[in-house]
Amino acid sequence: MSTQRKAVALISGGLDSLLAAKLMLDQGIHVEGINFYTGFCVEGHTHAIRKQDKDKPKRNNALWSAEQLGIKLHIIDIIDEYKDVLINPKHGYGANMNPCLDCKIFMVGKARQWMEENGFDFIVTGEVVGQRPMSQRKNLLPVVVRESGALDRLVRPLCAKNLATTLPEREGWIDRDKLKDFSGRSRKPQMALAAAFGFEEYATPAGGCCFLTDKNYSDKLLDLWQARNSKDYEIDDIILLKVGRHLRPQPHYKLIISREDGENKFLKGYKKQFASIEIESHNGPLTLLDGELSDEDFLFAARIAARFSQGRDADKVTVKITRNIGEEQMLDIVPMPSSEIKKEWYV
Amino acid sequence: MNHYTLDARNSLCPLPVIKTQNKVAELQAGDVLEVTCTDPGALSDIPAWCRINGHLVMRAEENDEEVIIVIQVAY
Repeated sequence: MSTQRKAVALISGGLDSLLAAKLMLDQGIHVEGINFYTGFCVEGHTHAIRKQDKDKPKRNNALWSAEQLGIKLHIIDIIDEYKDVLINPKHGYGANMNPCLDCKIFMVGKARQWMEENGFDFIVTGEVVGQRPMSQRKNLLPVVVRESGALDRLVRPLCAKNLATTLPEREGWIDRDKLKDFSGRSRKPQMALAAAFGFEEYATPAGGCCFLTDKNYSDKLLDLWQARNSKDYEIDDIILLKVGRHLRPQPHYKLIISREDGENKFLKGYKKQFASIEIESHNGPLTLLDGELSDEDFLFAARIAARFSQGRDADKVTVKITRNIGEEQMLDIVPMPSSEIKKEWYV
Repeated sequence: MNHYTLDARNSLCPLPVIKTQNKVAELQAGDVLEVTCTDPGALSDIPAWCRINGHLVMRAEENDEEVIIVIQVAY
């Protein structure tokens, strides 16, 4: 009796990785999923925070995919290791701060390490030749193979027939004839295959799964690095870039102003780490202050924060400034007129 | 059988799942883990992770501020 071969599949939560893993399961391979958390994954973050998104599904799509496939999923925190990928990408960035090729090499390399440590035989990804401009160009797929160290143990079932044979195919662990020859940006073949498998619901193909492909988010990250004069970050930094309005009236500090109740509630969790401004006399946002502020800066920031409260047109607004926990000050201030809030302050 | 608690408050999806996964890896079969989260997404994600891995969800509830999920580690 032959040994059942084992594959570790990179599961992003999107359609392609779901289909790639399914093709392997149908060939009798034992498949387990692996999902890497960089801190920049879109998933349900914003929906989880914002009250107006309360009714949107908050499920983690990688977990959902694994459940559809009936496989185990290992979610691995790579937040710290990923910093080097983002800060020093050997192959550069895409249109924004997305180091897609380096990211793919890194993740396949981590999957290779996991495969070796856990006695698995090969790696599966949902890559398709020509589907993405940076990481899935035909001339770049071999770069991932080589630089990840996965070599011929990396199988891309959706486009395998367009690529050189891999070890699992040569050894007869999997049948090349049952693999696919998808290429290009069209999603129709994947959608047809999903229908053939009976997958009626799956994460929408468009939109991406990484905040680093988003221009607004990338701008905020660059602003953070510039203000700190250091290309570094902690997980709280990158999560806060997804929340609230960010205004930087001076290079040495910025305001993070909640936009609604859900964000207010979420930002409250950070009051121990940041100075804050709360509007006491009217309904209004919670504002966190990132940086070192003088007395004059606090006053200026409070006038900006009040501008985003229901007291925006009032003669005066009472605010509570908390510099450190237990060090609170109540002040009456005049909200800043909208004409004085400069466009270039918005990060 | 021992009872453990895990504070996963102020973490956003999927960190509560990762913290749960890592804590469960340290526990014995039959042990009970009570996880407290503030991300409402945990209410669907942690039970999904449990179903995939065969752990029993003994209780999952949400109040205004927090989500509490009680898990028994699979035998």
